[in-house]
Amino acid sequence: MSHSTPDPNAAAGNVYDGLLEHHDVAGDDSQWAFGTDFEDPLAGVDTTVPDDVDAHELATYCLMLGDDALVLSQRISEWCSNAPDLEEDIALANIALDLLGQARLLLARAAAADPSVVPTLPEGSPVPAEDALAFFRDAGQFRNLRITEVPNGDFAHVVVRTLLFATVRLSLFTRLAESRDPVLAAIAAKGVKELTYHRDYAGRWFLTLAQGTDESRRRLTAALAELWPLFGEPLSTHPVEAGVAAAGVGVDPAAVADEVDVVLEQVFAVSGVDRPGAAPLAGVQGRTGRDGLHTEALSRMLAEMQVVARAHPMGKW
Amino acid sequence: MSDRREWPLYEVFVRGKRGLNHVHVGSLHAPDDDMAIRHARDVYTRRNEGVSIWVVRSADITASSPDEKDPLFAPSGDKVYRHPTFYDIPDNVPHM
Repeated sequence: MSHSTPDPNAAAGNVYDGLLEHHDVAGDDSQWAFGTDFEDPLAGVDTTVPDDVDAHELATYCLMLGDDALVLSQRISEWCSNAPDLEEDIALANIALDLLGQARLLLARAAAADPSVVPTLPEGSPVPAEDALAFFRDAGQFRNLRITEVPNGDFAHVVVRTLLFATVRLSLFTRLAESRDPVLAAIAAKGVKELTYHRDYAGRWFLTLAQGTDESRRRLTAALAELWPLFGEPLSTHPVEAGVAAAGVGVDPAAVADEVDVVLEQVFAVSGVDRPGAAPLAGVQGRTGRDGLHTEALSRMLAEMQVVARAHPMGKW
Repeated sequence: MSDRREWPLYEVFVRGKRGLNHVHVGSLHAPDDDMAIRHARDVYTRRNEGVSIWVVRSADITASSPDEKDPLFAPSGDKVYRHPTFYDIPDNVPHM
């Protein structure tokens, strides 16, 4: 990237002057060319849990959605400085940060709905509840889908994983925006815009790699074959999800399976890629990521992610 | 890995929330026009800068040459009467 350097001595100023000086609206922050107005997604939202909703079930559901975002955010963050181009590096970092933002709001909601889910920290620790949930739980307490935790592969791998994940989550969040829990509804409404972009980004790269060279196509189909067995879990219903769906605060993933299928079928068709036939990876004695049963990769990832926070439980960040 | 052809270079123009016109903000590489828009969004509008993006291949821009600076621009340097400074501009006329 190159930036044009304005000449400060130029009599006529430079092109940025127009933005800086001439478009003032009286009494606002217009010295900043692009504004400073950041939106709080929860501004004005009633944060009380609806009376007839099981608070522990709601908290567990928020942990599921929050852990999905947190774990995949960490995996995508591992791409920092490793992407094929600087532009892709920034694109992936943006996606990781979007997911981290979703995780923070969802974990905070889990803690607010049922404080008993938050790990106990030493007396007087300044660590906020969402950080305690992110950094002081072990793998067995994480409720994320296993597709979010498996180690990274090549660039095709992150493209396929992002496409599969964003497609399901966008369908879920579109419905979740109507949740009876006003906080979940607000978080989902914010997330829909982010996830629409993630799906679009990954879908374009899916097509590009599929129609690129023999090597890019080989890598793409290999990544798809590797991740497909993990794609049964995001579309199956956990009892907690069934419970919150019945209460009108959550969404049953099975209810979006057809919609997800239509979207992916379109991507596969336009890319000329066959739908994989591999059977979904089974749980262990019926338990999956949603129950806290994970691949061993999650423990190693969490060890790296949590080591600094755990060394300083009284730390202020 | 032998084929490391670079993606084409694009120039990026962003219209800020308060800006009236698109302003050149920099350049980037992208495999095609559509991805250039997405890269521009990721690289140049991640701090809430813009509401509209233009991208154009750098190769498609015809630029004036620094050698022509004097014949092109020096002649307007002493034409003070071309500036609307001899009029009183009403306060309610914006963007002058």
